[in-house]
Amino acid sequence: MESMTEPTTAAGAAEAPSPPPDVPAIALEGVAKTYRSGREEVHAVSRIDLEIAQGEFFSLLGPSGCGKTTTMRMIAGFEDPTEGTVRLKGADVTRTAPDRRDVNMVFQSYALFPHMTVFDNIAFGLRRKGTPSDEIRRRVGEMLELVELSGRERTKPGRMSGGQQQRVALARALVNRPSALLLDEPLGALDLKLRQAMQMELKRIQRDVGITFVYVTHDQGEALTMSDRIAVMNKGSVEQLGDPRQIYERPASRFVAGFIGTSNLLSGGVTDASGGLVTFPVGESGAVCATAAAAVGDTVEVTVRPEKIALHTARPDGAGARSRVPGTVREVVYLGASTHYTVALEGGGADGAGAGPELTVFTQNAAGTGDGPGRGDRVWLEWSPEHSYVLPA
Amino acid sequence: MTATSAPAPAAAPAPAPARRPRRRVDWGKYFTWAVIVWLLSPIAFMIVFSFNDIKGRHNVTWQGFTLHWYADALAYPDLTRALVNSLLIALLTMVFAGLLGGLLGLALGRYTFRGQGATNLVMFSAISAPEVVMGAGLLSMFLTMNIATGFWTIVVSHVMFSVSFVAITVRARVLALDPSLEEAARDLGASAWTTFRLVTLPMLTPALMAGGLIAFVLSIDDYIITTFVSGNTSTFPLWIWGTTRVGTPPQVNVMGTLIFAVGVLLAVVNAVMARRRA
Repeated sequence: MESMTEPTTAAGAAEAPSPPPDVPAIALEGVAKTYRSGREEVHAVSRIDLEIAQGEFFSLLGPSGCGKTTTMRMIAGFEDPTEGTVRLKGADVTRTAPDRRDVNMVFQSYALFPHMTVFDNIAFGLRRKGTPSDEIRRRVGEMLELVELSGRERTKPGRMSGGQQQRVALARALVNRPSALLLDEPLGALDLKLRQAMQMELKRIQRDVGITFVYVTHDQGEALTMSDRIAVMNKGSVEQLGDPRQIYERPASRFVAGFIGTSNLLSGGVTDASGGLVTFPVGESGAVCATAAAAVGDTVEVTVRPEKIALHTARPDGAGARSRVPGTVREVVYLGASTHYTVALEGGGADGAGAGPELTVFTQNAAGTGDGPGRGDRVWLEWSPEHSYVLPA
Repeated sequence: MTATSAPAPAAAPAPAPARRPRRRVDWGKYFTWAVIVWLLSPIAFMIVFSFNDIKGRHNVTWQGFTLHWYADALAYPDLTRALVNSLLIALLTMVFAGLLGGLLGLALGRYTFRGQGATNLVMFSAISAPEVVMGAGLLSMFLTMNIATGFWTIVVSHVMFSVSFVAITVRARVLALDPSLEEAARDLGASAWTTFRLVTLPMLTPALMAGGLIAFVLSIDDYIITTFVSGNTSTFPLWIWGTTRVGTPPQVNVMGTLIFAVGVLLAVVNAVMARRRA
C-alpha cells in the first residue's frame, strides 16, 4: 500500500498549490435548497453550516427525506443551492459545473457504464483529463489491486456481483484522486454480511489513500462504525454534529436519541434535587436518578441506553442513588451473544395502573448465566445515574 | 455438445425411464408450432413460388422447379427501378426518422416541458390515423403548397408516419435508463456533449436500431400513402399492385425472397451482436 499513498500526495502537490492543512476540504456556509412543488415551497435543506476537515471520514446520517442526499448532491454540483456558498479547499464552487469540481461520487446504484469494460469504466475520468495512456494503465492497475479485483479488467460490469460492482464504482471514483470522495448509501444494495465486510474495507481504503470521505447513510450502525464525525440530519437541518461516541452517548435531542440505536425515553417531574442529582418517580414504586442541574418541580426527560440497564428478578437492595423501576417482561428476543428484553413499566396512569412506557434492555449471555426471566415475569430494572442522560430541554 | 457419443459417468446405473405412467399431452407445444406455421406459411409460399417453372403469365399453380427466375431477376427494368426506389426511400426514411424520432424520444423521456402532452397526443394520432386519411391529407397539402409529388414527397410522407414509432421506442429506453449514469459521467469530468457521446448515445443505440428498422420496414412495404404522394415515381409495392391484374411475374417472388433473406441475416447479426454486448 506504500505505493498507493506516495503518488497520491505527489500528484496532489503537483496539481494545486498544497493548501494549509487547516483549510477544510469541504465547507458549507448557510447552504439551503428549496424546491417549488406547485404553489408550495419544500425546504429540502435549510441553512446548513458544515466544515469537513481534510482526510476525515464524515457521515451525513438521517432518515430518508432528511436532506442528506440533497446536501451531498450540492457538494457534487448536481443541485444548485438556493442560498449559501459551497467551498472546496477554500475555493467557492457554488456555481461550478460538476465536471469541473475536484470531487468524485460513488452512486447508490453504482452507475457503472454497462457498455464499457471494468478497465474503461475506471479509466473514464483519467481519459477526460487527457492522462497519458501508460499512466492510465498503471493507475487503473493500482486501483484494481486496492479493491482486490486485479485481472478483471476486461469484464463487463453486468457480469459481476453486487459487491464487485461496488468496488469497481469505488475504484472509478478514487483513481482520479479527488480532494473528497462522496458516497451515497453505497452499501445499501448489499446483503448484511457483505455490507459489514465492505464497511471494514471502506475504512481501510480511506486510511490508505487519506482522502476525505463524505458518507451518506440512513444506517446508524454503519455511521457509528466508520465515521470520524457524524452529522445527524432531520427535516433539512443538522440536529447534532459530533464523533460517534458523543452522538451515541450524549444525544442532543429526542430525535437523535431515537434515531441512533434504541432509545429508552423516560420523563417526569423532579421530586428531589440535591448535589447535582435529581430524582423523579416512575409509576408507584419506581424512581429515576439522573445527573442534572434541575430544581424540584421541573420536568426532565432522560434517555438510557439498553445495554446500561441491569435486569433483576427481585427488587435490588436500595443502597446508593440509582434508578430502580419495576415492570413486566413483554418480549424476549434471544440473539445468541445477547438477549433483548422489552419491559413494560407500570404506572402510566395517575393511579399507578395501566401500561407505562416500554424500555428495551440488552443483556450479555456470558458463561454461567442461566435462563433469564421469561415473558410475563415481573422484573426490576436498575442503572446508575450517569447513564440517565438528560436530554436538553 | 458431445453428449450423444460421450459416455455419461455421472448417471451410472441409470434406471430405465420407460415406465413413466401416462405422460400428459403438452398442448402448449402443438399450439406454438401451429402459430409458427400460420405466421410463416405466406412467406413459405412466396419463396416456393419463386422457384415455380411457369409457362403462362400467372404464377398461381405449381408447375415444376426452376432457378431460371433467379438468373433472370432483373428482366423487368421497371421492376428493378421500382425496387431501387423503394430501397432508397426506406434507407432515407430510416435515417431521418431515426434522427428525428431519436431526438423526440430523448426529449419526451428525459425532460418535462410545455407541450409535452400535446406532443404525445400528436404522435399517437399519427400512429392511429387511417392511412387513407393521411394519404389524402398529404396529397391535398402538397397540391395546395404547389409541391410536385414524386420521390421526395414519398420520403417526407414516410418519415412523417414512421417517426412516432422510433420516438416511442427510444422514449421507452430513455425512461428505463438510470439517470445517475449521466451524472456519473459528468462527475468524472465529462462535458455535457462528451457525456451524450460516450454514455447516452451508446445506451440508446439498441433502441435507435430497433426504431430505425421499424421505420425501414414500414417504408419499404407502404402502399396506401405512397399511392397518394408518388406522382410518377414507382415503388416496389406500387409496381406489384399494378401487375396483379395482368399476372405478377415470378421475379417479384425472387426479390421478395431476397429481401426476406437479407432481413433474416440482419436479425441474426443483431442477435449475435447483442449477445456479445452483454
